[in-house]
Amino acid sequence: MLYALSTCQWCHRTKVLLEELGIAFDYDYVDLLEGKDQDAAMDEIERWNRSGSFPTLVIDNKRAIVGFREQEIREAFAV
Amino acid sequence: MNVPEITEMAIDAAYRTLRADAEKNGYRLNPDEEFVKNLIRGLLKNEQRYGYRACPCRLASGKKEEDLDIVCPCDYRDADIEEHGACYCALYVNDAIATGKQRVAPVPERRPPRSQRGKAASVRVASTTEKPIFPLPVWRCKVCGYLCAREQPPGICPICKATKERFERFV
Repeated sequence: MLYALSTCQWCHRTKVLLEELGIAFDYDYVDLLEGKDQDAAMDEIERWNRSGSFPTLVIDNKRAIVGFREQEIREAFAV
Repeated sequence: MNVPEITEMAIDAAYRTLRADAEKNGYRLNPDEEFVKNLIRGLLKNEQRYGYRACPCRLASGKKEEDLDIVCPCDYRDADIEEHGACYCALYVNDAIATGKQRVAPVPERRPPRSQRGKAASVRVASTTEKPIFPLPVWRCKVCGYLCAREQPPGICPICKATKERFERFV
């Protein structure tokens, strides 16, 4: 699950990288959510990443990668 | 809702202004022009939907008084350039990155998490309500650190052109 902002360039790069790697993933542009939906997304992000920053990539509900850490993302999905 | 599109012309104009201001004030923009223009698109988008140019890489609340610290240039820019070579979104960078000698790396978030925002400020205000040390209050620009002693903060920071609301009572 990728938590992103529609205006964030690092979120964009993360999304492009995941697409390049052929990973199946869901994503939310949290800035486009409203009210309770946005609060719920933020609560979920903060469970993984206390600073609540973007992008936050939650992998298989087990771990999170915060920020566009290309190498780390590639390694996480390396076969 | 009918939202006017952000045109390339508007982005180019904002880009020229930002670059000129940066150069004049001793800052450097990211050398990747396309990347910068995409950030500017985000800034203009935020200006359109929130009424202020909140950082495109942070979630704005829509309430300006809660987001003054992330109105670009944000309160964290100088410290992040110093420590990481770039501000959080990497619009502004240090000389090494601007000249291609160093690469931009992810910058950890320096802004306090939601639950802690505003607390540091209230502590500071409380501690400055004690007996005055100087005949005039001292105001600090939270964007560039400029200090001045006068009854009220200036309308515009003479150094970085930040607006009055970005000043805090320092002493």
